[in-house]
Amino acid sequence: MSLIEVVGLNHRYGGRAILENINLSVGRGEVFALIGPTGAGKTTLLRIIDLLEVPSAGEIYVDGRCIPRSGKKRLEIRRRMSFIHQKPQVFNLSVYDNVACGLRWRGEVRDRVAGKVDHILEMVGLEGYKNRNARTLSGGEAQRVALVRSLVLEPEVLLLDEPTANLDPVSTAKIEQLISYVARQRNTTMIMATHDMSQGQQLADRIGVLLDGRLVQSGNATDIFRSPQNEEVAHFVGMENIMEGTIIANNEGIATVNIGGNAIQAVTNYPAGKEVYACIRPEDITLALSSTQSSARNSFQAKVTKVTSLGPLSRVEINCGFRLVALVTKISAEDLNLQVGREVYATFKATGVHIMEKEISQ
Amino acid sequence: MTEIWDGLTKAIELLISLDPEVMEIAGRSLRISGTACLLASLICLPLGSLIHFHHFRGKRVLINIIQTLFSVPTVVVGLFVFVLISRAGPLGGLGIMFTPTAMVIGQMILITPLLLGLTISALSGVSKEIVDTATSLGASGFQTVLLVLREARYAVLAAVIMGFGRAISEVGCALMIGGNFKGSTRVLTTATYLETSKGELELAIALGIILLFLALIINIVLNRLQQR
Repeated sequence: MSLIEVVGLNHRYGGRAILENINLSVGRGEVFALIGPTGAGKTTLLRIIDLLEVPSAGEIYVDGRCIPRSGKKRLEIRRRMSFIHQKPQVFNLSVYDNVACGLRWRGEVRDRVAGKVDHILEMVGLEGYKNRNARTLSGGEAQRVALVRSLVLEPEVLLLDEPTANLDPVSTAKIEQLISYVARQRNTTMIMATHDMSQGQQLADRIGVLLDGRLVQSGNATDIFRSPQNEEVAHFVGMENIMEGTIIANNEGIATVNIGGNAIQAVTNYPAGKEVYACIRPEDITLALSSTQSSARNSFQAKVTKVTSLGPLSRVEINCGFRLVALVTKISAEDLNLQVGREVYATFKATGVHIMEKEISQ
Repeated sequence: MTEIWDGLTKAIELLISLDPEVMEIAGRSLRISGTACLLASLICLPLGSLIHFHHFRGKRVLINIIQTLFSVPTVVVGLFVFVLISRAGPLGGLGIMFTPTAMVIGQMILITPLLLGLTISALSGVSKEIVDTATSLGASGFQTVLLVLREARYAVLAAVIMGFGRAISEVGCALMIGGNFKGSTRVLTTATYLETSKGELELAIALGIILLFLALIINIVLNRLQQR
């Protein structure tokens, strides 16, 4: 049975729909990532799950029991959860008092509070800051205090809202480590909101894509990244190559798709005549100087139209009758001497092409 | 202008010699205004929290009224209490006219709007995120209020200091319902008033300076307390 279930949730604020018909269930011990762009409604959804806000319509179930819209029961349930807000809000108290407050509010005795707080501060290397006012800490330190302030409560459910937004890479890595440690060691159920897809992929068992207040798709990372359900999701998960086309033949699951006069091979069950989008992840396209013999079914001669350096990778735009974007390592870009006007062969597998049905609406 | 200088030396003289009469008057001032401030705080901190944390119709209007009453004249409060506790008044049976108790009541009424209004604005200074954070860490409504009061402690203490300042420095109310009787209701302000009207400017100035000195000590003590 799932630990948390959200059923038919709608939320409006100031006449605007923030969340529309959200249905979601998260099992005990599961790490669920909500990904979506800023303003998609991730924070509002987390706030409603934490019972900080009452939704305009819809129900929340915890352990199969429906949560009332007001009353004492909500505090009781809320005390089994912990919510780490996007901007860490430390209280104007010492680090120790910050971390201790949740335990004190739950009526823990003094000795146990001291034991737990000291232990967890030591664990994250903040024991030296015990008596310092938390407001004097740096952003990364404050975020760590906010995190352990929640973790010390050993919540059944941990809600995280962009836990590493605005942090430098080193602090981000520390926080991510701590999160995955807690998820493994304590089997804590987590729901985290993030706009960073790689973070979602790395930490979560399952991902839900929230776009414009709607939960558009949920599933495991591979499903979401390889097989987005529609164009919107495809764009958001970094499918840079999305091309309109029509299936002209389908031979036992291997389809030939006409894209602006070029035929590409793709794995799909859609029949001939279907209008579709063909999506290819840029990292699935390999570039070479000659047409190599390989199992890949698609190979096109192309001209480089633009090269952009992205640190260790290079983003290469090519034209092979249609426009494609490929990602190659910096070293191979140099080996191939990729520059504007260079002739190359672009190769990708039929299994690397994801076919989506073109939406009939609009 | 020599009076001011003479007043200053006189004040130092009176302070160093611990003049028994001045000490008694200063002590009474402190006791009456301190009690009034303490009692008003005990009412206004919870009441202010209640108003701040609840949404109700007319909240804005109520806060406006409270803020307007910041500037209620002391003599109006004096008059009000006078009517209330005079022999023919509704509380006349208590027989507290011209007693320190009556003065405490008067000063409490005087500073209640100030303390209430400043408490509300102190609490408004604590961000909504802090309240949310406390709630999601499992604080009950009451525990959240306590935390927010603690977060706003500097501003709340400033409110209390303001209240005390207004109480100890007012003269209208103390005169009207205290009566300025030697040995029972004479306080620093009423004594200053009396000495001035007697032409004892030196002593009057000295008393004024002693009052300021007292306020300074209170401020230092309270600031020390809050820094702990």
